[in-house]
Amino acid sequence: MATQHSRSAARLMISPAVLLLLGWMIVPLAMTLYFSFQRYNLLMPGQGGFVGFENYRYFLSDPAFFSALTNTLLLVGGVLFITVVGGVFLAMLMDQPFWGQGIVRVLVIAPFFVMPTVSALVWKNMFMNPVSGLFAFLAKGLGLEPFDFLAQAPLMSIILIVSWQWLPFATLILLTAFQSLDSEQLEAAEMDGASPVSRFLFIMLPHLSRAITVVILIQTIFLLSIFAEILVTTNGGPGTASTNLTYLVYAQSLLQFDVGGGSAGGVIAIILANIVAIFLMRMIGKNLET
Amino acid sequence: MGSIQLKKVEKRFGDVVVIPPLDLEIEDGDFVVFVGPSGCGKSTLLRLIAGLEDVSGGTIEINGKDATSVPPAKRGLAMVFQSYALYPHMSVRKNIAFPLRMAGMSQAEQDAKVNAAAKVLNLGDYIDRRPGQLSGGQRQRVAIGRAIVREPDAFLFDEPLSNLDAALRVNMRLEISELHSTLATTMIYVTHDQVEAMTMADKIVVLQAGHIEQVGSPLELYRSPRNLFVSGFIGSPKMNHITGAEAAKHGATTIGIRPEHIDLSTTEGMWKGVVGVSEHLGSDTFLRVDVGDLGTITVRASGEFAVHRGDTVYLTPQAMHLHRFGPDGLAIR
Repeated sequence: MATQHSRSAARLMISPAVLLLLGWMIVPLAMTLYFSFQRYNLLMPGQGGFVGFENYRYFLSDPAFFSALTNTLLLVGGVLFITVVGGVFLAMLMDQPFWGQGIVRVLVIAPFFVMPTVSALVWKNMFMNPVSGLFAFLAKGLGLEPFDFLAQAPLMSIILIVSWQWLPFATLILLTAFQSLDSEQLEAAEMDGASPVSRFLFIMLPHLSRAITVVILIQTIFLLSIFAEILVTTNGGPGTASTNLTYLVYAQSLLQFDVGGGSAGGVIAIILANIVAIFLMRMIGKNLET
Repeated sequence: MGSIQLKKVEKRFGDVVVIPPLDLEIEDGDFVVFVGPSGCGKSTLLRLIAGLEDVSGGTIEINGKDATSVPPAKRGLAMVFQSYALYPHMSVRKNIAFPLRMAGMSQAEQDAKVNAAAKVLNLGDYIDRRPGQLSGGQRQRVAIGRAIVREPDAFLFDEPLSNLDAALRVNMRLEISELHSTLATTMIYVTHDQVEAMTMADKIVVLQAGHIEQVGSPLELYRSPRNLFVSGFIGSPKMNHITGAEAAKHGATTIGIRPEHIDLSTTEGMWKGVVGVSEHLGSDTFLRVDVGDLGTITVRASGEFAVHRGDTVYLTPQAMHLHRFGPDGLAIR
């Protein structure tokens, strides 16, 4: 059916959707770009005007910027590490036959259905609270000083919370990969004298590589823009200890009312995200080919 | 070196008995074929020997030593799987070298052995390709190569040709037979195809529902099947079984006569019948003849035998090739 006629008809049919999506993306992007070159502070109405790269210079020279950049990379890297390693481990366990397998698999997905704000608040108030939290209770039970997670290790705590949310996703994707592994290959490796560790390294891990790539790519997209978890737990603090780029942009535009500066930060964040994406595709994207 | 003894080997999955206690002796250098219909436990038996399944009872001895609880890798056996089970992310060379690498052999030694195996199996042209880029027959060769380099005491083949097309299957059959005569190593081969069994085996083990029905050389099984099942399973087209009055005349419950042991005539003979479907293969013609009370009988005529559907023919079984079976299904000798 790929005649000239049907092809042009197809283009005509698909164009409204494409145009709508394009507009949806272009309009905010264009406005952000426009604002980033304007003096636009909500506290100083009527003092607008073109300021060139002033907003960018201001945002990039802000000492909070570099700590936000490091925090963003640490957050993404930390969560990826925990979810991939933990996901492989959990998926391997869940691939074994055991009683109640169906229920366990449903339960494992559960954290993914909890809203980020809710799960972060549950972790903050019920687990990590130094007075009434479960961890504090356990520490006291063991005669230890309760650890104030969000004050003393804010970024680590957020990494833990976000990892908890994303672990089910990684586990599920990797579990399906494990299930598609031909059991005869494992048996062949066993006959070839491969120990369980070698079988994992030489047979299972290469088989999982594509699934791991998918997990890393998808998670990176979402982890670069983590926001709700930070807002409801630490508010980016103490200081800028748990501020990532997304949060810094928010703080700039809505806490300091500097919309122009915030827009410049947004554009910088877009550029950095694209750099990360290019690196990712270069490094592991080739796994998706063939 | 490569003798295997099974003593009262038994396998159960829960309450289901897949293989009731079974004894079998495989001598060094034998080419033994396990043959039987689907689900008769032949693959399970092979996996028990390989150590991929644990026995529920009895002992397996390899080279006279009890190997029942020895892990698969230490039994000195190599297996070729039905799906070939090649490692898709490794090149052919790495696939073949994998068992050597696992054994901690030096790179130089690995290369030497892989090259030797590649030469035997003609893998030279595609040694650096990945399994995904190979055809079925090539994959089959790589799988055999991976088994050869280990220099095992015995090879185990689990229906290795079932994924190949007919022409390739005949080729590979010959190659495996030649390999056996070159290496002179014990081979155990599982198949449901009695042609493979007849053409390759020194010794055929006919299995049904986990029981060994008969063990013997291909021609022994062909000439003197021990019971009804073996008589029907070995030989193609299968033996005609006739029950009732005609069998009673020969003092048996069932008589069996192979299609190739019936004389065919258009003028006179013992049984009169009407030709039904006929299959002309050029070298042979197989006729399905409807012989009233005796049911439908398959007859082989050599060459082109010009009869048509509905023609009347006369059949005369050759008395010396008539098999007689008692009420218990066992042959009467």
